[in-house]
Amino acid sequence: MSFINRIQPHHLDILKEVGNIGAGHAATALSKLLNKTIDMKVPSVRVTSFDGITELVGGSDNVVAAIFLRIEGEAPGNMFFMLPVNEATRLIQYLTGDEDFDLNHPPYSELGLSALQELGNILAGSYLSAFSDFTKLNLQPSVPALSIDMAIAILSYGLLELSQVGDYAIVIDTEILEKIDENSQKTTGHFFLLPDPGSYEKIFQALGVPINE
Amino acid sequence: MSEIVKVGMADLNVAKPPQKIRTSGLGSCVGVIIYDEILKVCGMAHVMLPSSSLAKADSMNKAKYADTALEVLLDKLKSNGANQTRLKAKLAGGAQMFKFSTSSEMMRIGPRNVDAVKEKLKELRIRIVSEDVGGTSGRTIEFDPETSKLSIRTVSQGVSEI
Repeated sequence: MSFINRIQPHHLDILKEVGNIGAGHAATALSKLLNKTIDMKVPSVRVTSFDGITELVGGSDNVVAAIFLRIEGEAPGNMFFMLPVNEATRLIQYLTGDEDFDLNHPPYSELGLSALQELGNILAGSYLSAFSDFTKLNLQPSVPALSIDMAIAILSYGLLELSQVGDYAIVIDTEILEKIDENSQKTTGHFFLLPDPGSYEKIFQALGVPINE
Repeated sequence: MSEIVKVGMADLNVAKPPQKIRTSGLGSCVGVIIYDEILKVCGMAHVMLPSSSLAKADSMNKAKYADTALEVLLDKLKSNGANQTRLKAKLAGGAQMFKFSTSSEMMRIGPRNVDAVKEKLKELRIRIVSEDVGGTSGRTIEFDPETSKLSIRTVSQGVSEI
């Protein structure tokens, strides 16, 4: 992937800032929705091989609930919000009041899945509108799709565009956490943003630091 | 404990007993196993895209595309002594995990991968013995060259064998 060789450390910092602003807005939205304190980690931006991505999502057998949406517009790409299955179950129980809902035991109720999809929609929408405001790029989310399956099988959909130009991906990963008490917090989920190969130049250009030929 | 040969995404490899060969997290990707029952040697490819004509890169990873991956795999098996006329194939994967209304061609990649693999196998005159393709679930597959059995694990349906 030729552009990867031309990317400088400050470009990665810019992508980090994209993750920071995007996930920051999403965390605020989640906090309002649940009426709880939501925190986030400093985003990590990783240039990784496809095999390295397996590690990123917690190993090849890790099962997650994931909301996936395509970003369309000036800087197309893929966005995922992935939650551990137990965490997704807990959020759905909280949102629907249905204590019997359990993602470990299919079949799932339509209402529960719909609630999770809407949650993903709100969070990803917050992330994306902040990303769009920050870069002044025109971006629209597709209708989100939901899947409860192997994390790597899900994320592989985000690699299809990239895989046509190389065997590496730039992944902007931001973890959000729920505060339990003063000293402890636990992971709510991860946002993964994977811009299409042609979108990086546009993002950098929009933020005033083009990649030099 | 028998040794397991791992095949990554857009990767391929060969195995002989007591080894088994495995690839994890097939979504839209297709796992293809080509094996020689008599010699008990097998190869597996984790194919991501249907055709090498989609490649926009200068350097190409042949294991990524259905057409080139199967050729490389065949060469590897032959250099391990496999007899081409005896070769058979099993395949799994090619799911469509997400359904979008504004479906771009990329989202239909699973079925396209399956078609491309089948076409290439036909061209190479390798018979498909069994398959578990399509659907909406991710799969982890493991092939045992000793028994020629392919075990497939999905999150919702557990383990099955073909």
